[in-house]
Amino acid sequence: MSEKTEYRGSIHQSQKDLMLNWYEQLDRAATTGDPPTVSMMISGNCVELLEGFGAVPLYPEVNALQLAIRHQSLDPILAAEDLGYAADNCAYVKADIGCMLKGITPTGGKLPTPTLILCNFVGCNTYLKWFEHTAKLTGAPLYVIDVPFMRTDEPRKEDVEYVVRQLKETVEKLEQLTRRKFDYDRFRQAVDCSRRSEDLWSQIKHLARSTPSPFDAYFDAITLMGPLYVYRAKPEGVEFFETALAELQAKRDAGHGVYEREHYRLVMEGPPPYPYFRTFRDMFAKWQACAVASTYSTVGGLWEFGFRHDPDHPFESVALHMIEQNVTNRNYLQRYEQIRRYVEEWNADGVIIHFVKSCRLFSAGQGDMRDYFTKQLGIPTLYIESDLEDPRYFAEAQTKNRIDAFFEALEHSKATALRGSA
Amino acid sequence: MIMNTVLDSKMERTFDKCRELLEDLQFTAVREWKRAQPGRKAVAYFPVYAPVELIHAAGMLPVGLSGAGDRLDLQYADARFGSFICSIVKTTLEMGMTEHLQPFDGFLFSSICDSARNLCFVMKRNFPQMYIDFIHLPHNPSSPATPPFLAAEYRRILTCLEQLSGHKVSDDDLRNSISLYNRNRALIRELYALRATEPQLVRAWESYLLVRAGNLLPVEEHTKMLEDALQELRTRALKKRDSIRVVVEGSFCEQPPLVLIRMVEEAGCYIVGDDFTLGQTWFETDVPATGDPILELADSYVNRSVYSSVRHDFRKPRWTALVEKVKATRADAVLFLIAKFCEPAYFDYVPYKQELERAGIPHLQLEFEEKLFTFDRVRTEVETFVESLVFD
Repeated sequence: MSEKTEYRGSIHQSQKDLMLNWYEQLDRAATTGDPPTVSMMISGNCVELLEGFGAVPLYPEVNALQLAIRHQSLDPILAAEDLGYAADNCAYVKADIGCMLKGITPTGGKLPTPTLILCNFVGCNTYLKWFEHTAKLTGAPLYVIDVPFMRTDEPRKEDVEYVVRQLKETVEKLEQLTRRKFDYDRFRQAVDCSRRSEDLWSQIKHLARSTPSPFDAYFDAITLMGPLYVYRAKPEGVEFFETALAELQAKRDAGHGVYEREHYRLVMEGPPPYPYFRTFRDMFAKWQACAVASTYSTVGGLWEFGFRHDPDHPFESVALHMIEQNVTNRNYLQRYEQIRRYVEEWNADGVIIHFVKSCRLFSAGQGDMRDYFTKQLGIPTLYIESDLEDPRYFAEAQTKNRIDAFFEALEHSKATALRGSA
Repeated sequence: MIMNTVLDSKMERTFDKCRELLEDLQFTAVREWKRAQPGRKAVAYFPVYAPVELIHAAGMLPVGLSGAGDRLDLQYADARFGSFICSIVKTTLEMGMTEHLQPFDGFLFSSICDSARNLCFVMKRNFPQMYIDFIHLPHNPSSPATPPFLAAEYRRILTCLEQLSGHKVSDDDLRNSISLYNRNRALIRELYALRATEPQLVRAWESYLLVRAGNLLPVEEHTKMLEDALQELRTRALKKRDSIRVVVEGSFCEQPPLVLIRMVEEAGCYIVGDDFTLGQTWFETDVPATGDPILELADSYVNRSVYSSVRHDFRKPRWTALVEKVKATRADAVLFLIAKFCEPAYFDYVPYKQELERAGIPHLQLEFEEKLFTFDRVRTEVETFVESLVFD
């Protein structure tokens, strides 16, 4: 069994530096009112637009997950439940609201009241409620960009026009609120930076097609996701992903995997249980099982299949990214197809479906997904339940037993297949 | 006296008919409607709202689904949807998997919540022979681009419905359907107004049966039923009861068992306002049956809808609208009747509660499941709540 379960290279330090720098900017904004800040949802975020104002994004989800990973989410969750939120409301929301009530921040620094609460609604109905509630609580102005859900195979012309129109209204709104003129050239440059970051990120994801994979596309990918959402539209983001690609490429070229010997290759579906992140990871490390692809890492954008922002069509490509190129605004069957492609093209042995009670967007219907993969496609699939933020829903022994049983069965079927072919 | 008995027995027959319709998981009425003229088709829609006029104008029967209540054991759907998911999502899928939805030729879903949205696509996989579609009902009413977007969405749906029915729809067809549904919705508004002004004349459970039957009947037939009922209800000689006036909030999608509605009334409440089967009372005023009918339907959704937990209008918060409703119906209190695992209702409870408290309006939160069998605890809670208000 391997003890080495994650790669620690210079990218980890630069990721940390970038994220700390981001929190410092938010702290400064809280103290001085500058830079302007815009709170958004990670999924389908239009961070490029903010660059046109020199504004900084504020992601409540990142704050919430930081708390959970540090085992600090329960107190704010309970504070929100005292206010009337139900046990079955999304715990991300409860943690965020609870933090506001109790004045808790992920770093201990200050968080600003956003200049604009921009609900870039992409498929997550909870976000509509969340942002409404934070607007009510903070008094900050709210604007909802209504992004049509992917109910047809391709985005419709009307859908793109509708989102572009709303993006332009957002620009007008931000011009009023920040008293700054929208810098179109800077916006285009930001879109171009995104294009480059996305290209690098996509190349990184494709490295996981190698055996062994040089990184875990679920647990390690999360490290890279922070810079992807906050910095992809900035030169610092491009630089970060250049370094990351170079490091991981070198690792791949040297034949170094996540484990001494990569036993299993997995596709992971669903967000991780952040309050037990390490424990959960170790349950897979024990079996030297490496995630080679994950849907969660496409929440912010789906780039491994070719989409890039386009500086020649900046508004349209931002709109397309919001409508079509992130997992949460794509329909369930498109997600099945995404996972199927991962299994096939990334050469995986099985699929792990992690149902999180907080997130019905991800989880409602995952039993059907399991049915599709096991019965229709014959792909070994494990279904487990816990939560992404609330530590009360992680049954450690039960989860471990189910994971162990899954790998034992996989081992057995691999051995049988080997005997059969001998 | 004799006259009253005759009237009441006629009303009883109407209520019994409605109850039978609601409890019939075989959708016999729909089957019979189709049989009466072979080739006709029926399209079902998942709550809360659907532009039924489009289905009607295409010559098909729109049918509002409302789950399966306590009349279906889950054999398949639990495994497909797992824990923490509301009952109506599961019973709808279960009805499909046990062939109860066989009379339908199509299904429409909309952007009300994440579970219902995912159900649409799970249904698509499991029933590939069916026309199943998802309507993106918009969440940004402030943009001038929103009504034209929704009109384009309705045109997309209409094209699919035309293909399904084989009937090309004209603007006049649509205007005619809009007028018919306007009349139907106006009568429902009248029924609600009667309940608010003279609650002793019509119980909420009676009104609920009358209204919900419209989910299953052709609009023309339902309108006639409402006209007759309204006439008869007004002539009832019923005494005022010693009850407090409440608005029920939170039952816009999954429906509480009828017994539960009766129980709330028997525990000492006049339900003078509610959001049961909200799609049927969706518009505050008539949809203009003039001009571009599709655009008028879309514009009405954006600008003339009632407030709801599944429609987000940051120009006017829902919590303000709830307080206004309480005042308009002269209610003493609000009862939150929330379906288990209904996230939109759970979320809205918090700002609703805050706003009611600010306005000094008492409230009580209750949770139900459509398949709830025992109500003792809920009854005790409501009785205690009523007593606390009466003896305050």
